[in-house]
Amino acid sequence: MTAQAPITVGIETGGGTWRFPADRPLRLDSGASLAPLEVAYKTYGKLNAEKTNAVLVCHALTGDQHVASNHPMTGKPGWWSLFVGPGLPLDTDRYFVIGTNVIGGCMGSTGPASIDPATGEAYGLKFPVITIADMVRAQAMLIEALGIETLFAAVGGSMGGMQVLQWAADYPGKLFSAVCIAAAARHSAQNIAFDEVGRQAVMADPNWCGGAYLKAGVRPEKGLAVARMAAHVTYLSEAALQRKFGRELRHDGLSWGFDADFQVESYLRHQGTSFVDRFDANSYLYITRALDYFDLAAAHGGVLAAAFVPARKVKFCVLSFSSDWLYPTVESRDIVRALNGAGCRASFAEIQTDKGHDAFFLDEPVLDQTLRGFLAAQAQARGLA
Amino acid sequence: MSGIREDFAEILKLVRPGARVLDVGCGEGELLELLTREKAVDGQGLEISPEGVTACLGRGLAVVQGDGDRDLDHFPTRAFDYAILSKTLQQMREPRHVLSELLRIAEQAVVSVPNFGHWKVRWALVSRGRMPETGALPEPWWSTPNIHLCTLRDFVGLCDALELRIDACASLAEGRPARPIDPRQPLENWRAETALFLLSRKAEPQPVMLQGGLFGE
Repeated sequence: MTAQAPITVGIETGGGTWRFPADRPLRLDSGASLAPLEVAYKTYGKLNAEKTNAVLVCHALTGDQHVASNHPMTGKPGWWSLFVGPGLPLDTDRYFVIGTNVIGGCMGSTGPASIDPATGEAYGLKFPVITIADMVRAQAMLIEALGIETLFAAVGGSMGGMQVLQWAADYPGKLFSAVCIAAAARHSAQNIAFDEVGRQAVMADPNWCGGAYLKAGVRPEKGLAVARMAAHVTYLSEAALQRKFGRELRHDGLSWGFDADFQVESYLRHQGTSFVDRFDANSYLYITRALDYFDLAAAHGGVLAAAFVPARKVKFCVLSFSSDWLYPTVESRDIVRALNGAGCRASFAEIQTDKGHDAFFLDEPVLDQTLRGFLAAQAQARGLA
Repeated sequence: MSGIREDFAEILKLVRPGARVLDVGCGEGELLELLTREKAVDGQGLEISPEGVTACLGRGLAVVQGDGDRDLDHFPTRAFDYAILSKTLQQMREPRHVLSELLRIAEQAVVSVPNFGHWKVRWALVSRGRMPETGALPEPWWSTPNIHLCTLRDFVGLCDALELRIDACASLAEGRPARPIDPRQPLENWRAETALFLLSRKAEPQPVMLQGGLFGE
């Protein structure tokens, strides 16, 4: 096990890629295993002497370990830089924040674009299908490798929230508190349907080459861009789109053709094309598949509460957004009811906003206040300075 | 104990140290915070208003945004030592069900209700023929959240019907210390403005679990 030399940029305090050698494979739910395994991560803040202040931030479908540092490809601020930093809700003066890239991802952790040791070529579709539990298992290996026995908190939105729930179910003894934002305990038919639209868009692109596009030296950019465009609509809300764009035109008058006449079209096209520069198409397939396979209750006899019974000592905070139609409030309520049923202490709030699902990384004062309050109270209970 | 609401002071006396407490309609968490500080309780709040929930979270309290009418069913039997329902039973759509649920979820329930049999209420009806507006019931009929008002005698009747035991009862009035009363005394149905009850079940509750049962069918 070796870590790369830590690179420090901005508020980053470390990170790199942790390599687990072939004799420490990651066992997958499918029965397959991954070895050697690499887990890319970044850290912010300092781990205290007792190692009790570590916060794992779990990312969403297209997120990564660059939680609060500039993205190496786009140069944009980290996806949660509004919430992670000195004096922010995930206060790096107080907590040791860890961001990792999920396995199956394309930002340094082992994924379909990594080299398959069996062939010396990129895995492509030979990469095994992974699950949310597999992602969490890899994170647990990293946390252990970093010498951390118990996380002060696991925090995440969307797919990150699902990982948080999986952490509570699989590693309740390694978790002090858990924050699950805008997520669900399983993917609904609607969630699966949207993911399938995205996957079909990727696979319909001739440049996808049956998954072997890296070998062919091309990329299914058009398909991936369409997938992103469709998904992006689900992250917003009707009200937010209307507020932002309405029926505003890009130029005076209509073109009487199929150019992007409307601002909203141009915006979506931009979302699509900028996404393909930073994301791998096969990673998109694998991670959406992991999302679709997610059903926490299924592994516990169909009873979600049973998943949380071992986590009775974990303090939970579940948050939803009123305008989120991808993971609507009712999904979060189901989680909370299961937690109550299991006898866990849980907090739940539905935050009123018109920003839709994406509200979890936008400037949302009530979210800021709520996270701050919950974590500060838990920090006090944990005896953190 | 000066500066503490008289009903809070009374509840503080009733609750055992270190108990598991569910506060239904916990508002901004003043009572839970007080109980946590003074009695080291393991508290859980249920509150409908977003402002209340945010305030509770800021105080470090476990609080679920939810509705006492709908969300009690999801708590397992005997999950708490006490369930508290302070001056909100009369605002519930189904007070009978709520009361019954409180005593399934918790060993004992602390419930306070405004008494519609209080002399001021009766006087307002008799003298003016109008719906009363009193200290305990301050709002006009068209804006009051109180949809299921009852008299002290009515409430005692409901407790009897549900086979609940009244372990203690006190009369509350703003600015005055609580006064222990016998709620079956006819005179108290005239005198008590608000009554606080400590209730328990005469018989063990049926162990109603979650739909589907906690560990499968």
